Amino acid sequence: METEFTPIASLLGGMMIGASAIWLLLSTGRIAGISGIVSRLLPPGSSGVSTSISFVVGLLLAAPIYWLVAGMPAIQVPGSAATVVIAGLLVGLGSVIGAGCTSGHGVCGISRLSARSIVATITFMTAGFITVYLLRHVGGA
Amino acid sequence: MQIIASLVAGLVFGLGLIISGMGNPAKVQNFLDLTGAWDPSLIFVMGGAIAVALPGFWLVGRRVRPLFADVFQMPTKRDIDGRLIGGSVLFGTGWGLGGYCPGPAMTAVPFFRSETILFVIAMLVGMWFARQFGVTGPITKQAASA
Repeated sequence: METEFTPIASLLGGMMIGASAIWLLLSTGRIAGISGIVSRLLPPGSSGVSTSISFVVGLLLAAPIYWLVAGMPAIQVPGSAATVVIAGLLVGLGSVIGAGCTSGHGVCGISRLSARSIVATITFMTAGFITVYLLRHVGGA
Repeated sequence: MQIIASLVAGLVFGLGLIISGMGNPAKVQNFLDLTGAWDPSLIFVMGGAIAVALPGFWLVGRRVRPLFADVFQMPTKRDIDGRLIGGSVLFGTGWGLGGYCPGPAMTAVPFFRSETILFVIAMLVGMWFARQFGVTGPITKQAASA
């Protein structure tokens, strides 16, 4: 499944993500880690539920607004339903146990020069590289 | 004010994700496919985000308090332990398998693709399980060392 290399759009979108993270920290004092924000909505309860809800509402508004302005973006989800479920479980478990995901460790943590986040990012990227290698080049998919 | 500020942050974050192309799991999975259909776009997303956030965080860090809250809620843990590594290995494996991580998956929910919904439900179950059974945070740390 080939996808087009989009350096300009990706750089622009990335800069918006960075700007959003600065704004959230400046205005509410919180780190824009999506796994943390989403998991705070689940029991057992924790602090910062109301701002987490409004952040997620904003996140959910992005797709319809984008769709109205620019149309439907390409979405290709690789793998079978079973693969998708296993992937979701692992991402949910792993992001809570490892206390962060691509946004919390990968963007915000690295921007804070956190050694923990740099190690976490290198670890999950390596696991991702190995998984896709096994999936596409060894598993015969 | 915190509610409105968070909503704006979520909206800009989501738009950034879609514009960057990361809303498409195939693009993320192709980034991870170094020896195949490699698409380096993700480097530009992370690079752009860090190039903006690194100096921005430094500037914000010089403030005594945030605009609309009393304190900065910064992560306090410093230790690089098995939990951090193990969790990141699980996360990276799932990320590679599905091409989705929490941000893009949540953002894509309103497009109502069955695979996205399935992924998000499984992800929420995984998060709930990890929180419920204390495999996270200070609670487990005490439980594990006890």
